[in-house]
Amino acid sequence: MGDLIHPKNPCCSGSDCSNSPEVHSRPQPLFVDIPSDEVCCGSAPGPQSSPYEKPGYQLLHFVEGFIDTSVGPVPKVKTQLERTDFLGTIIARLGIGRNQHKIAPGLYGVGNPGQDSPVLVTANYKLSFDALRRELATLDAWVLVIDTRGINVWCAAGKALFSTGEVMRCVDLCMLKKVVRHKQLILPQLGASGVSAHRLKKESGFTALWGPVRANDIQHFIAKKSNADQSMRQVTFSLGERIVLIPVELSHLPKPTMWLLPAIFLLSGVGTNFFSFSDAFHRGIMLLTAYAAGILGGAVAAPALLPWIPARAFALKGMLTGIAAGLAVAAIYYDRIIWAEALALLLVTMAVSSYLAMNFTGATPFTSPSGVEKEMRMAIPLQVAVTLIALVGWVAAAFQ
Amino acid sequence: MEKFRYLPDVTTLQLDTEACVGCGMCESVCPHTVFQLKGKKAEIEDLNGCMECGACAQNCPTNAIRVTPGVGCASYIIQTWIKGKQGGACSEVKCC
Repeated sequence: MGDLIHPKNPCCSGSDCSNSPEVHSRPQPLFVDIPSDEVCCGSAPGPQSSPYEKPGYQLLHFVEGFIDTSVGPVPKVKTQLERTDFLGTIIARLGIGRNQHKIAPGLYGVGNPGQDSPVLVTANYKLSFDALRRELATLDAWVLVIDTRGINVWCAAGKALFSTGEVMRCVDLCMLKKVVRHKQLILPQLGASGVSAHRLKKESGFTALWGPVRANDIQHFIAKKSNADQSMRQVTFSLGERIVLIPVELSHLPKPTMWLLPAIFLLSGVGTNFFSFSDAFHRGIMLLTAYAAGILGGAVAAPALLPWIPARAFALKGMLTGIAAGLAVAAIYYDRIIWAEALALLLVTMAVSSYLAMNFTGATPFTSPSGVEKEMRMAIPLQVAVTLIALVGWVAAAFQ
Repeated sequence: MEKFRYLPDVTTLQLDTEACVGCGMCESVCPHTVFQLKGKKAEIEDLNGCMECGACAQNCPTNAIRVTPGVGCASYIIQTWIKGKQGGACSEVKCC
């Protein structure tokens, strides 16, 4: 190594080396073998790769280490959420890339789990996984993430993805029987519509313990020896829980709106001069406002104010918020329109609001499909009829 | 959920008391406390609180409970009207 240029040579620190007699007289190596992370130029390189990194796989930010088990290393995950998680949640709640917001199914761990530690089962939707792990601080437990194609527990159960079969498949793939001594799985209660406890027991030997509805009750549940009281078993639908669903409701609208926009302007331009671009624009804006007000009434106000709006049927609730929004629209343009047009705008707002509110039924935890179908059979013909009457009136008014 | 009531008298939920063995599973899994175990049998306490999720029927070991579970989503139902029962996008994981 004596022949090699030592990195601390003044040459490397940037000072002029052309005058140094030593450098010129020694043979130059083909390359410098630097044994440490010291550098001869630029900034220090990043750390060496973790031995747990594997070609083709990426180590995720929420993994803080690995637990050695008889079936191999199991990722130990953080029980505190970080900025990456919060940002990901916001994006998912906006309806962007939701189907890809998932993690690899399989066995994970928190704390220092062992053979007697509880096994908590969840879906591979990242929000589900985050909601669970953030409640597991100070616990030693296994987290069995099953493949629900990135869908949350309750919806996946309804789609037969969070199913008895899938739980068993995952238990087998992860060789859970070699990791824990006991034969118990704590399943989220909302998975019950997809998982049959008695069938699971019969076919896999694992007993399903129905955990609480909300992950934030899980520590309580475990402390009470896997017993849940009534409040842990009931689903809620608070203001916050409703509001967080609004962005996704709105995210379904851009596509149909693209088709409606030209229709709105075209219809508004029809008049005594066959077609007027000026009318198309000026009247079109008014009709567009009515449409927007309908969206506000049906996709924002109705979900937010849900329990406080009279009427049980969502189409009715939407109609009521639509009346309020529609009257506001008519009031905004009151000096520019005739009665027939004001009525048309009001009716359009009501119909759009009613339809969108009716669509919110799918996002709630308490509407029955039988009930939704019943109200749809009554509401949709009315919504269509009212919209047609309103649009005919809107166009006809231009001829007056 | 007292504050949230939906349309009454529409649910397809049925309990066969004869077949019930009082295991209490329905009471445990129901997200709306529709069932209550009274003595050795389960009873429906709040029929109109039922949202037809099917958790009870799925977990009744003696098949004493019948309900037609489905998706309480307007868009999905419209699609089944147009395309038939298999046509709903729910099964293709596209909508929600």
